Amino acid sequence: MATAVQPVVERENYLNSNYGIKSWLLTTDHKRIALLYLMSITAMFWLGGFFAMLIRLELLTPAGDLVTSDTYNKLFTMHGITMIFFFLIPSVPAVIGNFVIPLMIGAKDLAFPRLNLASWYIYMLGAGLALWGFLLGGVDTGWTFYTPFSTSYSNTHVVTVAVGVFIVGFSSIFTGLNFIVTIHRMRAPGLTWNRLPLFCWSNYAASLIMVLGTPVVAITLLLVAFERLFHIGVFNPQLGGDPLLFQHLFWFYSHPAVYIMILPGMGVISEVVTCYSRKRAFGYEFIALASIAIAVLGFLVWAHHMFVAGISMYSALVFSLLTYFVAIPSAVKVFNWTATMYKGSVRFDTPMLYAWGFIGLFTMGGLTGVFLASLGVDVHVTDTYFVVAHFHYVMVGGMVLAYLAGLHFWWPKITGRMYPEPPAKLSALLVFVGFNLTFFPQFILGYMGMPRRYHAYPPEFQVLNVLSTAGASVLAIGYILPMIYFLWSLRYGEDAGPNPWNAVGLEWMTPSPPPTHNFDETPVVTWEAYDYEHQPQEEITIGH
Amino acid sequence: MKIIPHDDEYTHVIPPSLYVGIWATLMVLTLITVLASFAELGIFNIVLALLIATIKGTLVVLFFMHLRYSPKLTMVAVIASVCFLLILFSLTMTDYLSRHWATFPGR
Amino acid sequence: MATSSEIQTAERSFQHHFASIEQQRDTATFGMWMFLLTEIMFFGGLFCSYLVYRRTYYEAFVEGSQKMNIILGAVNTAVLICSSLSMAMGVRAAQTGKPKLMVILLLVTILFGFGFLGIKAVEYHEHWVNHEFPGPNFHFETGDPAHPATDPLHTQIYFGLYWSMTGLHALHMIIGIGLVTWLVLAGMRGAFSPIYYSPVENVGLYWHFVDLVWIYLFPLLYLISHKHSG
Repeated sequence: MATAVQPVVERENYLNSNYGIKSWLLTTDHKRIALLYLMSITAMFWLGGFFAMLIRLELLTPAGDLVTSDTYNKLFTMHGITMIFFFLIPSVPAVIGNFVIPLMIGAKDLAFPRLNLASWYIYMLGAGLALWGFLLGGVDTGWTFYTPFSTSYSNTHVVTVAVGVFIVGFSSIFTGLNFIVTIHRMRAPGLTWNRLPLFCWSNYAASLIMVLGTPVVAITLLLVAFERLFHIGVFNPQLGGDPLLFQHLFWFYSHPAVYIMILPGMGVISEVVTCYSRKRAFGYEFIALASIAIAVLGFLVWAHHMFVAGISMYSALVFSLLTYFVAIPSAVKVFNWTATMYKGSVRFDTPMLYAWGFIGLFTMGGLTGVFLASLGVDVHVTDTYFVVAHFHYVMVGGMVLAYLAGLHFWWPKITGRMYPEPPAKLSALLVFVGFNLTFFPQFILGYMGMPRRYHAYPPEFQVLNVLSTAGASVLAIGYILPMIYFLWSLRYGEDAGPNPWNAVGLEWMTPSPPPTHNFDETPVVTWEAYDYEHQPQEEITIGH
Repeated sequence: MKIIPHDDEYTHVIPPSLYVGIWATLMVLTLITVLASFAELGIFNIVLALLIATIKGTLVVLFFMHLRYSPKLTMVAVIASVCFLLILFSLTMTDYLSRHWATFPGR
Repeated sequence: MATSSEIQTAERSFQHHFASIEQQRDTATFGMWMFLLTEIMFFGGLFCSYLVYRRTYYEAFVEGSQKMNIILGAVNTAVLICSSLSMAMGVRAAQTGKPKLMVILLLVTILFGFGFLGIKAVEYHEHWVNHEFPGPNFHFETGDPAHPATDPLHTQIYFGLYWSMTGLHALHMIIGIGLVTWLVLAGMRGAFSPIYYSPVENVGLYWHFVDLVWIYLFPLLYLISHKHSG
């Protein structure tokens, strides 16, 4: 029964096993590290949102009257860098993945707990350096750091911020390395690959990208720093260097990076959709293999960001064709989630609301990506708001909604408390409405020709821009509410119990919050993933 | 007891003679690389140089790094990452190799 | 059979989220391989740049490469191969329970490492005083009045890649020497045994990888062509 009173004797769990700042800053417990990351990326999310707010305020009027064009360049640059490198890429893996993956596979921790803590410190160092660069005056190159502007002409703090991004890349690499080794080597007995939860498959695929792709952007940013500091002009056209080489190397990582961002979110959706449909995943093997296919195919398409940059037309044709292929596994997943829900016993708790939002908005974003894959269309809409709308549909409408779905879904496990359902449902609605109001007009604006990264625009675009800014305000409220009620739930939330959703999965078989060592004895898995047919209404115990 | 390992194929001890043999092969191949670079083989200079380097590298990876005696998964991982490196090289080169194929009026 | 002191030191190093010492050992080695794969991609970006520019500015690269000292480069290659031998034998010594021999072989490895860095320093000094470092002071001449520099501007790109690639490699060598030094100190305290020698094995993997990178760097940077040399 719901009670707001603390139990008299609190069972020992990972939160109360040790007190004091040192026990948190020197922890090797993956669950505590996940919470450290939660603090950090939430702070960076608000910083990125602050830059977004200034951008949208500037764009309320056609004239560039709120900030100068130089400042505007800095705003969209810092918004992009903060949101991509310091929020989206770590979000689901470092917070939810860190917490949940060892529990899901019946392990006591990740393979390398100290490396996990080091990952967080490296993240903080990178974030600190980038923030220092922002405070010193910011950087105006775009998050894409294109040369030769970034190497030869920009007078802003390129090196400081680029080195900050370089450092945070290693945080991502080490997290990915940890996940790959953990999923290969630390699964509980009986947990074969085809019983592995799809959340693990997705994070595994994302980790492959983290490990293989991030080093390339690392060396590329290092070369930009070398060029600014030591005049080693590998990309300098005055010496015969090719700015397009920078773009090739940059996008070799940065395109797969979008799959680093979305795959873990798709993993969350797989978990949420199965639980709230009370059905096993339709086409489990296809969803699992689609994750791997997205990771692999994602490495073959990067120059679709360079169609009008000056690459050869023949190369553009190759990349355009390959880009069409990468849409296929994502579509497979959307069809399979839909089929999972068909004839399922669907419940619309908040995580499921966000999952529905994800499926719709990710599909729209993904389909507009296919428009952009077509060379003919891309020539007209590249560098316009069409592209901005496309990537916000997949990254915000997709990824951020998936992150919120995951936070709500696993919040009871992480904290032992239920969040309050009514304000959560309201937030989900505000996020959905606010998001669409913000970004749908941008598709139209881009199609009509409004360029991106400009702080002034022709007056005929103003109405849609005002709608967009209004939407952003609604969206912001939708983001603020969870901050409030999640914090509220820590003190007043209903006691969650081990399995408030009656979900299938090893993480739901430990107490909420879990003890430091996760399981009293290593579980032995004898059931298939998402075995909802055999899931009785009462809680099942370990080993059965 | 968790501490006492069970001997398995992965604790294979390689005889010193094999290590010395690999070392000698690497030294000879280095000499060959240097001498071959003085021959005028045109385009095949680079092919030969990379071939010898790859043979040397393979010996280092298989024997000094014990890949020959490691789980198959490790071998798969190494081959996979080499494949991704080759993807980086080859797809980048589709741009550079075909840049001068088409000419347009006015160019 | 394991002695009781070997079991004791292994127990101190056993991490309890693992089910057994074999799982810990196999996991640690797999983790190091994963890290080395990231290093392949890290250097790979530089090799990709090298590939693009060598193709586009071949003459400039040939002329730049003439300034490399092939003898020093070849000697350095030999030094690294010898260091890999001593490293591999050192790992074997740890594996077969010969800690003193392991320490000696690792010290030999460190010596070879310093030898490599010393020769590299000599080469770098030469290039520096000849104005072969990119930037405002860069000045390139073939030194042969019969064959003036065809393409000095693009040769600066060659040198940019030379300094970046060998510099990054040298940095990895320095880190490697640091790691092997740590192994020597730990080994002298008896930390390793046939039951537990993972750190030695895994630092060995790192060391061989650094050697592997040089195996490619040497022919690509030093041995492009001798068309213009005497």
